[in-house]
Amino acid sequence: MTEREGLSIENLTIAFAQGRKEAISNLDLHVRPGEAVGLVGESGSGKSLTARAALGLLPRHARVGGRITLAGQSVLDLSPAQLRHIRGSGIAMIFQDPMSSLNPVTRVGAAIAQVIRSHERVARSTALKRAVALMDRVGIRDAATRAASYPHEFSGGMRQRIMIAMALAAHPRMLLADEPTTALDVIVQDGILKLLDQLRRDERMGLLLVSHDLAVVGSLCDRIAVMYAGQIVEEGPAAEVLMRPRMPYTVGLLASARRPKTLARLASIPGTPPPLGERPASCRFAARCPLAAPQCRAGAIPLVEVGNGHHARCVRTGDIGLLDRETFTLKAREAVHG
Amino acid sequence: MSLAPERTTTSRILPRWLTGGNWSLRIGLFCFALIVLAAIFAPFVTAFDPLQLDLRNALKPPSLTHLLGTDHLGRDVFSRVVYAARVDLQIGAIGVALPLVIGTLIGLVSGYYGGWVDAVIGRVVDVIIAFPFLVLVIAIVAMLGPGLVNLYIALTMVSWVLYTRIVRAEALALKKREYVLAARNLGYGHLRIMLRHILPNAVAPAFVFAMSDFALDVQVGATLSFFGLGAPPPTPEWGLMIAETRSMMLSAPWVVVGPGLAIVVVSLVVSLIGDGLADLVRGIDD
Amino acid sequence: MVEPILRVEGVSKSYARKSVLPRGAVPPRPALSPASFDLMPGEILGIVGESGSGKTTLARCIALLERPDTGRVLFRGEDLAALGERDLRTRRRAIQTVFQDPYASLNPRLKVGEALAEVMLVHRLASRGEVGRRVAALLDQVGLSPQAANEYPAAFSGGQRQRICIARALAAQPDILIADEPVSSLDVSVQAQVVNLLLDLRDQLSLSVIFIGHDLHLIDFIAPRIIVMLAGEIVETISADGSIADAQHAYTRALMEAVPSLDKLAARTASSSESPAQ
Repeated sequence: MTEREGLSIENLTIAFAQGRKEAISNLDLHVRPGEAVGLVGESGSGKSLTARAALGLLPRHARVGGRITLAGQSVLDLSPAQLRHIRGSGIAMIFQDPMSSLNPVTRVGAAIAQVIRSHERVARSTALKRAVALMDRVGIRDAATRAASYPHEFSGGMRQRIMIAMALAAHPRMLLADEPTTALDVIVQDGILKLLDQLRRDERMGLLLVSHDLAVVGSLCDRIAVMYAGQIVEEGPAAEVLMRPRMPYTVGLLASARRPKTLARLASIPGTPPPLGERPASCRFAARCPLAAPQCRAGAIPLVEVGNGHHARCVRTGDIGLLDRETFTLKAREAVHG
Repeated sequence: MSLAPERTTTSRILPRWLTGGNWSLRIGLFCFALIVLAAIFAPFVTAFDPLQLDLRNALKPPSLTHLLGTDHLGRDVFSRVVYAARVDLQIGAIGVALPLVIGTLIGLVSGYYGGWVDAVIGRVVDVIIAFPFLVLVIAIVAMLGPGLVNLYIALTMVSWVLYTRIVRAEALALKKREYVLAARNLGYGHLRIMLRHILPNAVAPAFVFAMSDFALDVQVGATLSFFGLGAPPPTPEWGLMIAETRSMMLSAPWVVVGPGLAIVVVSLVVSLIGDGLADLVRGIDD
Repeated sequence: MVEPILRVEGVSKSYARKSVLPRGAVPPRPALSPASFDLMPGEILGIVGESGSGKTTLARCIALLERPDTGRVLFRGEDLAALGERDLRTRRRAIQTVFQDPYASLNPRLKVGEALAEVMLVHRLASRGEVGRRVAALLDQVGLSPQAANEYPAAFSGGQRQRICIARALAAQPDILIADEPVSSLDVSVQAQVVNLLLDLRDQLSLSVIFIGHDLHLIDFIAPRIIVMLAGEIVETISADGSIADAQHAYTRALMEAVPSLDKLAARTASSSESPAQ
């Protein structure tokens, strides 16, 4: 089975003890080696929590169900020591804010070398040389001199490159990137995204890119999973999801990211997601969905295959054509009530 | 389109510190309330007049009649300890309240205006902080003459600087917050911005500090009374009680154990409140 | 000819560098080179640039939250930059700002209703008797329920807070609204809601709007006229009848290329796959 090699999340449920509110419900997600998967959702959808769970980085009061395996090894059953080992060489993560992830009093070269030495028995000088090579690799010019600089001497984009170099230091098979470019300027963002794309191809490394921005995810992922209120509501090949979305929420997300000059207003999804304690057992998007019908509120909606490797959690997939893809409004209102 | 608030805050009939898990605050406040009530209703809590001499019963060890024994003049130690709480809690309360108010306002002005105002205030603060706290208090009281009023003056003159430092730092950070910029943008006056938009968000750490300061002031009050610079005899006051009877400490230890324990317990209770408040402040900011 | 409501003339600003050397020994860091432009009544002017481009400094100089070093900020012909603090305070109401970070823009200890009422009471725009009704009307105008008035800011999401900030600015009945990256920290789907709200309000209240951001495509959607800033300087102005596609400056073109866009993606995917969309 190929999934044994990559990251495999099966039936993941995360609840918080207080009130037993489920933040993530029965989530399945697979990232094969060398594959780039985008996890898209609004804040509060549970996308970052999912990524953290894969690293065993959950708050202590979280209750976790399901399985997460990395190269066949179950992440949730590992001891803290085993977890430390797997973080880095098995799976590495980069975050939105690189400044708070870097020790301000450690020179960046030494910081990268530290990661290398914590996973391999190599001499300090060798580790430092490799750190410089890594910095060069992630596009930091004049790496040999810059290795002696401190984090605050770098710009936000350069710091994120250093974080990537640190993440790569132990040759991870899987890289998780949680909103890696959200705090960055667009031109810098473009550079980081291109770097991530090139690295995962060169290293045959799996990449899970978490973002609220479909355009960011779409520009470099093979597959896209869309999360809404703790569930995956659509998942499939990137081109399929972007060009032929089969779940109204995805249609709305896509529409609200477009800037068509022909329209007077941007398309938007009215309302807000249901809060943690008030998520219905049936379709969680129904309250905001232009296509919502009685059967949407009848019971739990399964994630069903709607095309080649393309899944959607929607009972009205067949009627998706009634939605205007530009404005996220109904083309024929009667059709819905009929 | 009309959006209701996303997270409907559960109606706050009970404040969060009562419903949450903040036990140190709860226990602290409960004990503090007990102590205050005991001090207010001292005549009902005690069986003896704290000033009544009874030389025939001098230096009696603790018994059912005299819970903490009697001192060298036959006065009931328990009664004196309870009545003394009136004086000592007052020292703590006034010794904290005055510097808290004055120091906070000066710190607010210093942090908000910055520039030369801040520089001048800063230097004054530095000078006062450079002296050891107790030495300065004793020196001022010695200059002004003994007595509780002069003790309050001395405590205020010395400890406002601590509140000024705390609040100034908060105000300095809050000044750059966007809601303060928005308040300026809306054309609000300096006084309104300082008192309504900065002060409520800057005082929490000062209140937390006030609790440990309270314990310190009670101890300083006792110390000064011990040296004869605070409450005049025969006023029941913990420090004074220890001073008066210290020569009998070895033969009749109960005469100092009572007031000594009282000082320790009050300090402990107030620290508990301080810890609880600190947790509460962190909780709000999260 | 219509007079501009705001004329910015040669406004510049530099900040003193932190240094151990005596003042004046280190030249100050210029944050904004002299900038000039007009804002017409009812116009939406877009300002686009990255961090460090000076766009926020420019916004704060216009709102006189920073005193410009040089230049004039002429509002209806009067130079605000030349006014003393006291005179300025009475004029501030007219130019309001919505800031980038909705989590730092609201006083956490004031209920939403109190924050909105304060604006109207201070400027005597409403009496105590009618202020409650006015608060409810403002909340309704920005798409929030009147019950929101009784809540503290902590009860609201980022997008909802930004609506509250807009309501607070509107409470002052401004002529000019400066929106300084108002949607940059919001989710894409919420960005659209807030942008639409601003466009609606501009139409209803005939506000003049300066919309600042880093997403050139979004600015292009909102604003007919766009100023492009780089390193404290205005490097290009795209007029209302021009198009960003015809942008001359290399930086503008780079900005346009760098923004990940679904429209671009769609075009690329459509050309690479045989089956066209739908």
